[in-house]
Amino acid sequence: MQAYKKHESIAALMNRSNVDTDQIIPKQFLKKVERTGFGPHLFHDWRFNDDGSDNAEFELNKPAFKGAQILVAGDNFGCGSSREHAPWAIADYGFNTIISSSYADIFYNNCFKNSILPIVATKKQLASLMSEVAANEGGKFIVDLENQTLTTPAGNGFKFDVDPVRKDNLLKGLDDIGLTMQHTDLIDQYEKKHKQNYPWLWA
Amino acid sequence: MKKTMYEKIWDSHLVAEVAGQAPLLYVDRHLMHEVTSPQAFEGLRLAKRKVRNPQSILATMDHCVPTKDRDLPIADPIAKKQVETMAQNCEENGLNLYDMKNPNNGVIHIVVPEHGFVHPGMVVVCGDSHTATHGAFGALAFGIGTSEVEHVMATQTLPQQKSKNMLIQIDGELSKYASAKDIALAITGKIGTAGGNGHVIEYAGSAITKLSMEGRMTLCNMAIEAGARAGLVAPDEKTYSYLKGREFTPSGASWDQALAYWKSLPSDDGAVYDTIITLDAAEIEPQVTWGTSPEQVTGISNIIPAPEDFDDEIKQQACANALDYMGLTAHTKITDIPVDLIFIGSCTNGRIEDFRIAAEVTKGTKIADKVTAIAVPGSYHVKKQAEDEGLDKIFIDAGWEWREPGCSMCLAMNGDELTVGQRSASTSNRNFEGRQGKGGRTHLVSPAMAAAAATAGHFVDIRKL
Repeated sequence: MQAYKKHESIAALMNRSNVDTDQIIPKQFLKKVERTGFGPHLFHDWRFNDDGSDNAEFELNKPAFKGAQILVAGDNFGCGSSREHAPWAIADYGFNTIISSSYADIFYNNCFKNSILPIVATKKQLASLMSEVAANEGGKFIVDLENQTLTTPAGNGFKFDVDPVRKDNLLKGLDDIGLTMQHTDLIDQYEKKHKQNYPWLWA
Repeated sequence: MKKTMYEKIWDSHLVAEVAGQAPLLYVDRHLMHEVTSPQAFEGLRLAKRKVRNPQSILATMDHCVPTKDRDLPIADPIAKKQVETMAQNCEENGLNLYDMKNPNNGVIHIVVPEHGFVHPGMVVVCGDSHTATHGAFGALAFGIGTSEVEHVMATQTLPQQKSKNMLIQIDGELSKYASAKDIALAITGKIGTAGGNGHVIEYAGSAITKLSMEGRMTLCNMAIEAGARAGLVAPDEKTYSYLKGREFTPSGASWDQALAYWKSLPSDDGAVYDTIITLDAAEIEPQVTWGTSPEQVTGISNIIPAPEDFDDEIKQQACANALDYMGLTAHTKITDIPVDLIFIGSCTNGRIEDFRIAAEVTKGTKIADKVTAIAVPGSYHVKKQAEDEGLDKIFIDAGWEWREPGCSMCLAMNGDELTVGQRSASTSNRNFEGRQGKGGRTHLVSPAMAAAAATAGHFVDIRKL
């Protein structure tokens, strides 16, 4: 996994709550057997008109949001299915940071496996952030994971919480499977005990 | 210490708490389908890793399989490749696969219980959010992403954060034709789609113990729609008698041993929950969603709300957006909403009891003019059982299409989908924008309500028929 660096970028604003994974990456794009190439289909049904042209009404199509690496979105972002195609599409499009007041659990986990930092803001912080992005489209935000700070173009911002283990893995770009496999001996020991305790599972 | 069922399962599956990683949880059963697994197998291959315990895996093909003309090659070349990739991956790794032609084939969450592959007290995962279904057996079952699918294949474990405990206590008697689906929708309406975030829900109370195993599966299936990754129902005599004699269920002395363990699983009296929600079963009407989120739901005797009926500004906006997308006018009676297409099936409501109740409502009727109605059994076993009972004839005589098993219109990946503006009464689990086809409008209901709508051409209060 790619290490998560300190990022300075404009932020795109998506002032909607309960954005679901069917919107993030509609099902017609889930048939691929690769992990790559989902970015062009991100938010497909909202982003494109029926003739395939850009829907000018859709937030992310605003010229001021082009090239944004930070997505500021409403509550309960990523609800719905477990499809990791959602964070794959988000990362492939170019976002590395999401800021919302809450996330669906599976989506939240999936972000950390794909070098995406999902920042949890309080509702108040999110509201003020949304106002600032709206008032200053194209302003640069700084996300510093090491120090757990977000700084707005006006110099405001806040400190955010993140699980220390997840933070460390993101900063170092560590692969979870490799980390777990360092403890194969512990898994072997557990499995031996498991076979004794629940023999019918191994018959 | 008094423990909840979730805490008991968590504690017994904790492999280790090692520095630099979240607690490692052992996984007993890993379920698979063709959509969320190919990239995980590719990852294993690239890293030269092996599947640690092939026996823990059961795989099926369900999401993009056609529900008619099954003998012909799959027309969609990308879907065809996905199905072939699944077969190849299972073959290479020695995994048990119920492919499209296998008599055991069907929707993963329907097939797994049919074979007794999940037992109480297990930790069960699948790259699918509706894995929560198996909580009906008192197993901790939850959906995971593809990176985690790869993780479980390689290590038989997952780094996990412990969830909070939520108790949803439902006592009282459900009215006739109110079902587990209506309970699930009523819960989502009450606590919202984020209400269960960070929690495992335990469903308890007299209304829950009265549910059949299939009803409990429907209920737990939709725990995710209330934001919880898993739902649980304590195992009881119904659970044990459902499991007895199935292919992967222990027998003989092993059965006695397993049973003793299963009986130790229910939450201790006095166990502490972080959140407690109560509902009165008698107050739960047959439910119909009117919006584009499962929390936008109401009883059949009600009207569609208007944005100003909500206090919360975000909910007002969500209501306005939903009415616009759904092409509905506020304060219309639910029973005045017309429908174009009826879908009975999915991992939520594709079991034999679902088809029995729908057939009971359908018997001797004809579907309304201009209505299309499709019945998609959850598995070949469900299909055969229904045909043995003559249910297929009831549907066909009424003008329904009787299809082959698969996920079908629940997520519309296989070509079964709504066209722009078409309105469905669907027994599936999500009414998101575009879920059943771009521009399609979905109303989630129980099988009985779906069948009644097929005949009337609009929603009807099934209790009054």
